[in-house]
Amino acid sequence: MNFDLEKFKVHGEPLIYGAMISIALVSIGIVVGLTVFRKWGWLWREWLTTVDHKRIGVMYILAALLMLFRGGIDALMMRLQTAAPDMKFLDAQHYNEVFTTHGLIMILFMAMPFIIGLMNVVVPLQIGARDVAFPRLNAVSFWLFFFGAMLLNISFVIGGSPDAGWSAYFPLASLEFSPTVGNNYYSLALQISGIGTLMTGVNFIVTILKMRAPGMKLMRMPMFTWSVLITNVIIVFAFPVLTVALALMMFDRLFGSQFFTMANGGMDMLWANLFWVWGHPEVYIVILPAFGIYSEIIATFSKKNLYGYTSMVASMLIISLLSFIVWAHHFYTMGQGVLVNGFFSITTMAIAVPTGVKIFNWLFTLRKGRISFTTPMLYSLAFIPIFTIGGVTGVMLAMASADYMYHNTMFLVAHFHYVLIPGAVFAVIAGFHYWFPKVFGFRLNERIGKHAFWWIIISFNVAFFPLFILGLKGMTRRMYTYSAETGFGPLNMISFAGALGLAIGFVILVYNIYWSTRYMPRDENGDPWDARTLEWATHSPIPEYNFAVVPKVKSRDPFWAMKHDKQPLFEEPITKIHMPSNTGKPFVLGVVFFFLGFFLVFSMWIPAIVAGVGVLIVLAAMSFERDHGFYIPADKVIKTEKKLGGGTV
Amino acid sequence: MNKKGPLYAIFFSLFLLLPGCSSLTVLNPQGPAAKTLSDTIILSILVMLGVLAVVYILYTIMLVKYRAKKSNEGYIPPHEEGNIWLEATWIAIPIIIVAFLSVVTVKTTHAVENVPADYKDQKPLVIYASSSNWKWHFSYPEEGIETVNYVNFPVNRPVEFRLYSFGPISSFWIPQLAGQKYAMSDMTTYLNLVANTQGDFLGRNTNFSGKGYAQMEFTATSMSSDDYDKWVKDVKSTASQLTEDKFKSLLATAHVGRETFSSTHLTFSPPPAEHSEHMDMDHSNMDHSNMEMSTDEHTHQSN
Repeated sequence: MNFDLEKFKVHGEPLIYGAMISIALVSIGIVVGLTVFRKWGWLWREWLTTVDHKRIGVMYILAALLMLFRGGIDALMMRLQTAAPDMKFLDAQHYNEVFTTHGLIMILFMAMPFIIGLMNVVVPLQIGARDVAFPRLNAVSFWLFFFGAMLLNISFVIGGSPDAGWSAYFPLASLEFSPTVGNNYYSLALQISGIGTLMTGVNFIVTILKMRAPGMKLMRMPMFTWSVLITNVIIVFAFPVLTVALALMMFDRLFGSQFFTMANGGMDMLWANLFWVWGHPEVYIVILPAFGIYSEIIATFSKKNLYGYTSMVASMLIISLLSFIVWAHHFYTMGQGVLVNGFFSITTMAIAVPTGVKIFNWLFTLRKGRISFTTPMLYSLAFIPIFTIGGVTGVMLAMASADYMYHNTMFLVAHFHYVLIPGAVFAVIAGFHYWFPKVFGFRLNERIGKHAFWWIIISFNVAFFPLFILGLKGMTRRMYTYSAETGFGPLNMISFAGALGLAIGFVILVYNIYWSTRYMPRDENGDPWDARTLEWATHSPIPEYNFAVVPKVKSRDPFWAMKHDKQPLFEEPITKIHMPSNTGKPFVLGVVFFFLGFFLVFSMWIPAIVAGVGVLIVLAAMSFERDHGFYIPADKVIKTEKKLGGGTV
Repeated sequence: MNKKGPLYAIFFSLFLLLPGCSSLTVLNPQGPAAKTLSDTIILSILVMLGVLAVVYILYTIMLVKYRAKKSNEGYIPPHEEGNIWLEATWIAIPIIIVAFLSVVTVKTTHAVENVPADYKDQKPLVIYASSSNWKWHFSYPEEGIETVNYVNFPVNRPVEFRLYSFGPISSFWIPQLAGQKYAMSDMTTYLNLVANTQGDFLGRNTNFSGKGYAQMEFTATSMSSDDYDKWVKDVKSTASQLTEDKFKSLLATAHVGRETFSSTHLTFSPPPAEHSEHMDMDHSNMDHSNMEMSTDEHTHQSN
């Protein structure tokens, strides 16, 4: 093998050397820390090999928080570079890599895993189950996501990051115009984590359809569980498109095929179509669960049941169907003509109708309630007015003719941040604050939480509202610099100030986790918010078997009915509980996949083949392993329940 | 929290003041196509302000009236399943709004995809605009001249741009004259515009195309038809020919200033087919225009 060390190197920027050093220092710190405190065994037994949906959920959320900061630093660098005309902070290539990874990381490695993390923690509890349908598959999903994310992240310091935008339009992303390995990373990192996401989709559909507690009919499910079910159906239909598109991209870049290139009949528009056939449903994959989270929180803190349950479910179903027939609105300007553009305009605007239904149902859930302004509720309430701006500008963009003026401008950038930040980020933060005490047994501090909230909400508007106006002034997205005559300077400076404020808000938010871990009093009864759904019916922190006795559901909001209408939930005696046993194979599979991806990125064929065989061996080992799990004996369950005290049995 | 509703109302009323503000390029049209789009945008902003107002008023009422306070301690909120009539209302009204905007969309899209209504009697000036990293090439097939990074055309005369690319997808946009359209390597797209005032307009690529993308601008100048004819004559007599070698070296250069030639690259490097073979199955797309193109080379109409 002839190694060319040059292609691994990224040159020039002091920022990149800084990143290399910090990655190295953090890695050394983690290794030294684990060794000094003798935590390697603990890490392996309790986390790396776990199949417990709660722990997997926590790992998803931790990874998502890390990625939030990585993507946030990208955002700060972009806003700084464009804060004033002719800035010299980043050069064009570096800027292009930064906005590409910002998009990829925030959507695929922050928003999605955060939501999947919350799904993991909450859904089995909400339906009264002991785990997901396929606990080991769940671990495989997580480790594939995690190592996919790591693969994309090392691109920054080894070989160079993707630089053709998160949508990687061809022929720009082809070898001809993007000769670095950056877009190889794109095709492989997304592929590896995408396979994990697809498995999550299958896993949660089966879990929700087959593992609900007795009596929990579909129309008695909590709204978050409904949203997760619909989301996972979208995942199962949308992600195979991405899988195929990424595979074709990899063939184009590594093996000389010509699916999307300029030569030999390659079709650049085919990539754009495939990408957005996945990409638009992807937006709803992150937003529908958010709707579910808000539904839970708004009902809980209004002390009311959710208004218009049936129309809430119906509207999500309609949104999920429409999400598959709107993709061409991402390229009205491709010259499809009036008929096609008209069709996609109408389907796109139609989404406003079910979305409006949800907004009004939330407003009427508040009506006649008794609203308490806790931190999770504040985020949920801030969501309504801000997201509505995102929604109405979405309708404006949906009008094909007007879009000829908005397309690729900052107006579009403002719009989708006004949709995705309240629609996904506020939701996961709200859900994080809301379910945190369930997982860890204590609440996050309200005072610090509200400080973070106001920083985030106000700074968000300062950062993104000016972009609407910049768009109307004709500023296009993805420009690494502009001249002073354009007059774009002042508004960009305001936006940069907002970005700084957002950063401060997120730092306060994380500080709150640290502070609360040290000082917050521990919850006694597992139900700190006086909530309504089943997850609050068990102890906090949750025992590994979730419920000592499987609950019997007789209505919506069964836990509320138990507390206020004296409806009994747990009637059976405690018996032995069947649990899945831990396994290290999903982690090993993730590691092997990581190396397979890495070697393919650099076209190192022999190591890649070895790693590929390794993948097959691990898969075979998983398939042929006989493991029927284990039983927790009844007396041990009773002992645990007594120790946890209070509670429900 | 309840203070935020009015805050946004103020934010958005800013939008109302914007049309008067000429620094907003998109809302400062200088031609019929851009005027149509600007009017559409302002109309949609007004409708959306109405929607926002309804949501914000309801939102404020709910938060003020139903917040937990000392006076309503012990109040137990009622159980409400929903209300079929209320829910039907907030389904029906949005449907009416969407239907109205759909009609507007289809009409205006049709209007801007064709030669503007008042100019249909004139023969459009055809200009091929092709992009390469990171330049714009303008070829005038009838005049037999070519320019780089600037384009001149007569005022008050329809211009039909035929767009394609020698590299990544780019998007051709002169915001004060018309909406944008993609230029791609394997098919030709069309953009109709008319300028109503003489002057220089900024044009640019809006679709990210690599390192030099930020600088990928050109100047569009509309001039009296006398000036235009004189300019064409000047170019024909003074500028050099565009040879194939010269054109190749142009394509290979990342950034060039303005260039002018007395012949076009169309002869030795023809534009992509009006419709590539692989688009044939997509009859819903532009088959109508395709048929017209094959029978009549001069005007492009899209339905």
